[in-house]
Amino acid sequence: MSIFLQYLQVFAVGGFICLLGQILINLTKMTSSRILVIFLLIGCVLEAVDVFEPIQEFAGCGITVPIIGFGATLVRGALRGLEETGLLGVLTGGITAGAAGLGAAILFGFLMAILFKSRTKS
Amino acid sequence: MIDKQAYNKLVKSKAPKSKEVKTLVLAFVIGGFICCIGEAIHDLLSAYLPIGPQTAGSLTSVCMIFLGSLLTGLGVYDKIGRVAGAGSIVPITGFANSVVSPAMEFNREGMVLGVMSKMFVVSGPVIVSGVVASIIIGFIYWVVSMFA
Repeated sequence: MSIFLQYLQVFAVGGFICLLGQILINLTKMTSSRILVIFLLIGCVLEAVDVFEPIQEFAGCGITVPIIGFGATLVRGALRGLEETGLLGVLTGGITAGAAGLGAAILFGFLMAILFKSRTKS
Repeated sequence: MIDKQAYNKLVKSKAPKSKEVKTLVLAFVIGGFICCIGEAIHDLLSAYLPIGPQTAGSLTSVCMIFLGSLLTGLGVYDKIGRVAGAGSIVPITGFANSVVSPAMEFNREGMVLGVMSKMFVVSGPVIVSGVVASIIIGFIYWVVSMFA
C-alpha cells in the first residue's frame, strides 16, 4: 500500500507540473525551448530558496524527472562549490553537478544522429 | 494584414474548447507516467546497486535521458509528443529529445556543421540559462554570506 501511495505522489506532482506546462502552451503557443527554459529557471529558484528538497522528499521523481530537477541540480552544485572552494566553486559547481545529464545528452544525441537517419515528418 | 494579437484571438475563438481540456488531461497523465518510470528506475537502481541517494539520482537522470534519446532515434518520441504535448516536453526525456531531434535532422548538413553545432539549436538556451542562473544565484549567496 505504501508503495502505491509513493507512486501516486510521484504521478500527481509530476503530472501537475506537466499540466502547468500544457496550460502555458495553450495560452501562449510557446515553443518547447521556452517551456524548458521557464521550468528550468523555476527549478533554480526553488532550490535557491530551499523549497526543492521538501518537495523532493514528498514527490521523489515527480519533481526530479521534470526539467525543474535539472535546474535545482545546477544551483545545488553551485552552492556546494561555494561552500567548498569559495567563489571559484560557484563557476565550477553547477556544471560539475549537471555534468552527468549534459554528458549523457550530448553523447546519446551524437550517437543517435549517427545511428538513425532523420525521419521525414509525416 | 492582421496583427499577432488579433490573430491569436481569432485562433482561440475558432479552436474547440473540449480539445483544450483533452490536451491538459493527456499532458497530466503522460507526464505523470514518465515520472513514475523514473521513480521505478530509481527504486531498482537503489535496490540492486551499492550506491548512495545522490548517485542513484544522477544515474536515474542518465537512464531517462538514454530512454528519451533512444525513443527519439526510433521516431517514437515524436509520436508520443503529438499526443502528450507538455507531458513529453517538461520531463528530462523532453530535454533529451530537444538535443537528439535537431542532431538527427541536420545530419545531412555534415558531421561538424550539422550534427555537432545544430545539436544545441533547441537545448542551447536551456543550458545557457541554467548555467548562468546557477552562477548568479551562487554569487548572490556569496555576497550575502559576506554581510551575514
